[in-house]
Amino acid sequence: MNRVIVIGAGPAGLSAAITIAESGYEVLILDEYMLAGGRLLGQLYEEENGKWWNGIKESKNLHDKAIALGIEIRLGTPVSNIEKTDGSWVIYTDEETYYTHHLLLATGAAEVPLPIPGWTLPGVMSVGAAQVMTNVHRVKPGNRGVIIGVNVLSSAIAMELKLADIDVACITLPKKNQVNKESGNPMDVMNSLLHVSHMAPSAFVKFGSKLMKNEFMKKMGITFFPKSGVKMWDIPIMLRKAVINIYGENTVEGVTIATINASGEVIEGTEENISADFVCIAGGLYPLAELAAVAGCPFYYIEELGGYVPLHNERMETVLDGLYVAGNITGVEGAKVAISQGVTAGLAIANNLSGGKQEVEIKEAIKRIEHTRDNAFIQFHPAVKEGKQKLQQYWEEYGQQAKVEVTI
Amino acid sequence: MTSRIINHPVLDKVDDTDIVTFTYNNAEIHGLRNESLAAALLANNIRTLRVHEESGTPRGIYCNIGHCFECRVTVNGLQGVRACLTPVQEGMTVSSGEKFLTPVKDWRSNNE
Ligand SMILES: Cc1cc2nc3c(=O)[nH]c(=O)nc-3n(C[C@H](O)[C@H](O)[C@H](O)COP(=O)(O)OP(=O)(O)OC[C@H]3O[C@@H](n4cnc5c(N)ncnc54)[C@H](O)[C@@H]3O)c2cc1C
Ligand code: FES
Repeated sequence: MNRVIVIGAGPAGLSAAITIAESGYEVLILDEYMLAGGRLLGQLYEEENGKWWNGIKESKNLHDKAIALGIEIRLGTPVSNIEKTDGSWVIYTDEETYYTHHLLLATGAAEVPLPIPGWTLPGVMSVGAAQVMTNVHRVKPGNRGVIIGVNVLSSAIAMELKLADIDVACITLPKKNQVNKESGNPMDVMNSLLHVSHMAPSAFVKFGSKLMKNEFMKKMGITFFPKSGVKMWDIPIMLRKAVINIYGENTVEGVTIATINASGEVIEGTEENISADFVCIAGGLYPLAELAAVAGCPFYYIEELGGYVPLHNERMETVLDGLYVAGNITGVEGAKVAISQGVTAGLAIANNLSGGKQEVEIKEAIKRIEHTRDNAFIQFHPAVKEGKQKLQQYWEEYGQQAKVEVTI
Repeated sequence: MTSRIINHPVLDKVDDTDIVTFTYNNAEIHGLRNESLAAALLANNIRTLRVHEESGTPRGIYCNIGHCFECRVTVNGLQGVRACLTPVQEGMTVSSGEKFLTPVKDWRSNNE
């Protein structure tokens, strides 16, 4: 019972477990995937200092360190439910039921699906699926792909596909509909594209993004955006086109695209076909927080963090006793931020177990999250800091409310 | 042809010598030990993992990390196994996902 349980062996969960074990406590990690590392496994990009961030190696380092500290990691173990009974957390999996007083949820993020006609055909996959096939399993998702959705993740993964010698015909937008209002609107997409320009080796995109930092220029940018698209990593990015259909008999054979105006409406008669044997859908990421929801955590919708996040404080404690969160479940960010959040959660847990011995370290760890965030190479939302401030505000308000209730 | 990426400009070379044999819809397939079923099948150019329970239209992987349940197959008689989360083993018997009693499976009710 004194053993701490962590759900999720991604960068947040592994770092938390390492921190807890280093403080002298026993830890068990449960993860449904077949390898430790979570979504860190698929990551691969060149940082500003010219060094490669190799997710496989980073994951292996964390995993090996955890094993060396005696941490038990049970892979292939999906957690289907958690609940609190008789003062302890009960964790249900297919085979066993586990109990603990200190439970950390580090379940990460998931991709937002973009329903487009034809999207259920074999060969259509999320952009993250193509990343994992290519970088982790080392099987080509196909020979020639079309990426639908222009955002930080799709730009990074397009480059990773190129590295593996997979042809990307183009990156383009989904047709605007009720569900994908934002990702189908060239203006919003331009905003997110400006955001990845530091990752683009192409001078045109770099220059273009400096040029287009005000609203008027951005609108002009779209109107004058060449129909054939600008190129990033030699891949045409088409903001004036949108995919209206994915076609194929039993698997993907191609996509039909059409020209759109600056507000995303399709111009009739401009349809043309692009052949491809796979299609990636990039709808963006949202925090994967089902377990926090079934546990009864209060939730807040914070757009800057990618969606609904469970209420928690800077020490990664939720309002429920003994339940902690770290990593992308608290908002979508890069792996380094997830690591520093994991360390903080680990310290908070050790501190609660030791009766307050880690107070100083916790304060430093919280500062380190900020520092990591400020220096992050990939930022999924430009205003993530404001999102975090909003959450802090909600936490304080919630505390006030609780106090009022107690006095009444 | 879909194929493996043995050499990569940044990542390590893949060791493709530890081969296992399994069956998919009675056909013999070769995969690498412990790679996911979804990856092994794709490396053999197989994308269709099941047909939709009602419409009969083909389905393959979507998320590749266990979230969407699109890749359900039957492994050694056990239905509803996610091909993207299952490591390939020697002698496994795999077949296309079969019809469920309820078409949509809610992963949270697994333990009931
Ligand atoms: C598809 C995808 C691609 C991404 N690519 C990048 C990228 O290229 N660069 C980047 O900086 N960031 C990327 N991210 C963001 C990524 O989430 C963070 O970089 C980082 O990996 C978050 O770490 P984490 O530990 O919070 O979660 P994760 O790394 O997602 O790890 C969570 C772990 O929890 C496990 N899990 C979840 N639910 C359960 C359950 N119910 N039972 C058991 N186990 C469970 C998962 O299997 C997983 O291993 C990506 C995210 C996704 C979803
Ligand atoms: S492809 Fe989504 S669960 Fe396997």
